[in-house]
Amino acid sequence: MNLKPETLARIDEVITHYPEKRSGTLPLLHLIQEDVGYISDAAVEWIAEKLELEPINVYEVVTFYPMFRRKPIGRRHIKVCRTLSCALAGGYKTCAKFESEFNTHRGEVSPDGEVTVEFVECLASCGTAPVVLIDETLHENVDEAKAKAISDQIKAEAANRG
Amino acid sequence: MPAPAERRIIFKHIDEEGYSNDLACYQKHGGYQVLQKALTARPEDIREDVKKSGLRGRGGAGFSCGLKWSFVDRKSGKPIYLVVNADESEPGTFKDRYIIHQDPHQLIEGTMISCFANDVKQAYIYIRGEFPEGARILERAIQEARDAGFVGRNICGTDYSCDIFVHRGAGAYICGEETGLIESLEGKRANPRIKPPYFPAVLGLYQCPTIVNNVETLCHVKHILDMGPDEYLKIGTPNNTGTRIFCVSGHVKKPGYYEYACGEITMGQLLYDVCGGPREGREFKAVIPGGSSAKILRFGETFTLKNQDGSERVLKVEDIPLDFDTLAACGTMGGSGGVIVMDDSVNMVEALANINAFYAHESCGQCTPCREGSLWMKKISSRMVHGEAREEDGELIKSVADQIAGRTICAFGEACSWPTQSFVLKFGDEFKAYNEDKKTKSADRLELV
Repeated sequence: MNLKPETLARIDEVITHYPEKRSGTLPLLHLIQEDVGYISDAAVEWIAEKLELEPINVYEVVTFYPMFRRKPIGRRHIKVCRTLSCALAGGYKTCAKFESEFNTHRGEVSPDGEVTVEFVECLASCGTAPVVLIDETLHENVDEAKAKAISDQIKAEAANRG
Repeated sequence: MPAPAERRIIFKHIDEEGYSNDLACYQKHGGYQVLQKALTARPEDIREDVKKSGLRGRGGAGFSCGLKWSFVDRKSGKPIYLVVNADESEPGTFKDRYIIHQDPHQLIEGTMISCFANDVKQAYIYIRGEFPEGARILERAIQEARDAGFVGRNICGTDYSCDIFVHRGAGAYICGEETGLIESLEGKRANPRIKPPYFPAVLGLYQCPTIVNNVETLCHVKHILDMGPDEYLKIGTPNNTGTRIFCVSGHVKKPGYYEYACGEITMGQLLYDVCGGPREGREFKAVIPGGSSAKILRFGETFTLKNQDGSERVLKVEDIPLDFDTLAACGTMGGSGGVIVMDDSVNMVEALANINAFYAHESCGQCTPCREGSLWMKKISSRMVHGEAREEDGELIKSVADQIAGRTICAFGEACSWPTQSFVLKFGDEFKAYNEDKKTKSADRLELV
């Protein structure tokens, strides 16, 4: 595992929060996923060794929690809320708009590698539905027009990057 | 009768201009004074005040907070833990988000008071993974409070010490169930534990006595101590004390969050006067009063309830006072306060299919009736929408639901079957007619599943 020094420092610090090392499983998975982008087999084994567990103890956690992924995703992660309040406000149209803008399907990396569009369950912002979480930023009242504007912004940033 | 005025206690500073989420602002508004006062009291007296206040948990079940605290095994010799349930995930609920983002110190103060009252030396805030910004805000706020001596060693110069750490979930709804949450905090899959013997108050986190309280509940503790239990008791109605935050979403003109004295506002006042009524040209059709697992209410249905003197009263949906007990008497629940409104543009088969997809996705898979049943309910309702719908499908799906509730380790079994049971009971006509309805469905009807 080739982790950034700050990730390693945070890992060592977070383990001290708990009387039992195993509690560090979720925090370590988050830190490594933030650093590397996904949870590889090597990461599972590395965490197991760090927390004095068997790899299966880590693997079963990775496969249980929807936020952990076993494969890399696009540069930006677009999570559209699928649940009732957002659906009542047009969430399915919002998701379809992102998919067509980036010529991709839900759960796949777009051909340009720029985004992964996904449906997720309730993001707890039902009063401003439909909502979309892009990386760590929540976007509210995202109708099709707003989804288009956000997509244009992402494309412009990608173009500027060259 | 027009709606009464909002009574903002927990949400007093939410969206207030100039109010920021840092310590300086919180202290300028009297922050941490209640904690300082509490530290001079005896822990058992604080517990007694909370019991006396009648505070009921705001996470969903509405269980007495004082009673929950009284179950804690204080003689085991093991450390006692307090875990803040900030895994706000019940669809339709979005109150804790605003407390965490805009007023995190209110939560920290309520948490520290509750820790002191229960001899807790270590607390964790379990925050859902989808709140990355909320987690950062809380961590920063805790550090500020630590630096100022309100969290950590020798709090406010006393010999009482207690720390708080933030622990992030990773997208699993079941972590809102308190024993699932504890498993998750221990670094495992969030499979809820069987009770008995694993009552958290006795065998919780690391097999130690543990209190799990909702974010809003812990904020109430601060205000109970601030105003005293007798004053707090005056807010709301007997057995339904304090305020409730209603999170209104779906088909109203003004969705949002509104805080009222418990039971002082009716469903009709909330939806018409406060939320501006239905959208133009639409009528209200149904409302889910307490998060998506609460049983649905159909506009037009009536409820005959017994008064204390033995006489009866008949309530329409609009007349129901929004407290814990009346909603329960009407066959549903106040739950988490998430009110989801649907107007006459919505087909109920499609709405149920959306809800069923949620619960099938979120079942932890531990108990067969729930793991298989939630999936079957999703498959049947989804087939009705996308494939062939049969007249008897409503009854079929209900028969699946009827075999889940009461046969599982945790309350998820009820949570996933109540929507199906109540939708089919109250909108059976739409389930029967769905196949015909579909043939005439306009192409622009909103997709729900």
